[in-house]
Amino acid sequence: MRYDFDFSAPLSYWPDFVAGAATTLGLSLAATVFGFLLGVLCALGTTGRSAWLARLCGIYVEAIRNTPLLVQIFIVYFGLASVGVKVDAFTAATAALVINVGAYTTEIVRAGINSIHPGQLEAAECLGLSRLQVLTRIVLPPAIERVYPALTSQYVLLMLASSITSQISAEELTAVANRIQSDTFRSVETYLIVAAAYLVLSLVMRLVFWAASYIAFPRRRRIGTPI
Amino acid sequence: MSLLTGPQLQFLFQGLLWTVVLSVMAFVGGGLLGFAVAILRVYGSAPVRNLTMLYIKLVQGTPLLVLLSLAYFGLPTLGLRIEPLTAAGLGLSIYVSAYLGEIWRGCIESVPRTQNEAAECLALSWRQRLAHVILPQAMRIATPPTVGFMVQIVKNTSLASAIGFVELARAGQVINNATFKPFITFMVIAALYFALCYPLSVWSRRLERKFHVANR
Repeated sequence: MRYDFDFSAPLSYWPDFVAGAATTLGLSLAATVFGFLLGVLCALGTTGRSAWLARLCGIYVEAIRNTPLLVQIFIVYFGLASVGVKVDAFTAATAALVINVGAYTTEIVRAGINSIHPGQLEAAECLGLSRLQVLTRIVLPPAIERVYPALTSQYVLLMLASSITSQISAEELTAVANRIQSDTFRSVETYLIVAAAYLVLSLVMRLVFWAASYIAFPRRRRIGTPI
Repeated sequence: MSLLTGPQLQFLFQGLLWTVVLSVMAFVGGGLLGFAVAILRVYGSAPVRNLTMLYIKLVQGTPLLVLLSLAYFGLPTLGLRIEPLTAAGLGLSIYVSAYLGEIWRGCIESVPRTQNEAAECLALSWRQRLAHVILPQAMRIATPPTVGFMVQIVKNTSLASAIGFVELARAGQVINNATFKPFITFMVIAALYFALCYPLSVWSRRLERKFHVANR
């Protein structure tokens, strides 16, 4: 059968697409920043001295990594509502994404911390650095620099996964697409446009992360080689 | 908050069964397609290699939800009638093929080049080299990450609920709509997914450790 592609109908909704893409980026940005902080803290917890804290962080990571994001989103959104805490879809979506990506970040950063040579720590201790100084100046910067590519991929995946929040009616790109395709009956065109938009967004994110690595890691800026 | 009733639990287990069916479909379909992708990506001519790379980049740069929507809402407008199960199986297979293809490409390429050269010197044909020299070694390398990726497949089948296929997540939504006990319902759902995924995670880690020990 013949099918005439008509992109004009969905494209006339372009302000909606732009708004949806902006929401997707906002969600991803918030989840990236807070998820990164949560992940670094939990990674320090898993590698730290306290055994019960390490076990707690381990349970968190395993629980999140072995259940679907969709179910986590439902638990946050409907679960909080059922215990009387009313949150809007965007907040619930952000919270669920932070909890989710925090677990993955934990695993990645933990691998980075474990790759730090014990001699570095001993040297730092000999120089009389405090524990906080050792963490923030000796352990974390090279650890994060080493796992930076893995973190980048994880946050790009997070941006793509944020499409799942359309299921609790957070008005991001996929939710916008669902509405537009039911308005225009041009579902192939609508979803192709959205797929292209996601592709562009993921390229932009990779570019931003690549540029940020040159600002964040002076070694790379100076000699252009990763450690 | 009382627990779920017997029929509700039965409904959930039926959903669990469909999740398993969908996972197997996605793994088999995506595995076959992914194997083709990996082989073309390594051994294809330059344009074929570039095309498969484009395919991988396109699929990996698109959310699974959009792929599933394209299959389910898109194909009927092109004149194909499609069931939710077929659409979900198709969308998931395409998604899985891009990731498994890329994983397996890495595994094929990590077999030392000298193995291939030695086999060539023994006058083995390309097919013989692949079947008897390269793939057996690549498969050993590929097992831990493949098992690890199965966890992703099981979790991602939950998105089939968005196109109306009643698997575990959808079954949970249906029960929640009837009972409005979201917390307990979705906790049970999460526990069931965990029961499916955690053994796979542990198995993958164990395989990885075994592999590392064997290569020390």
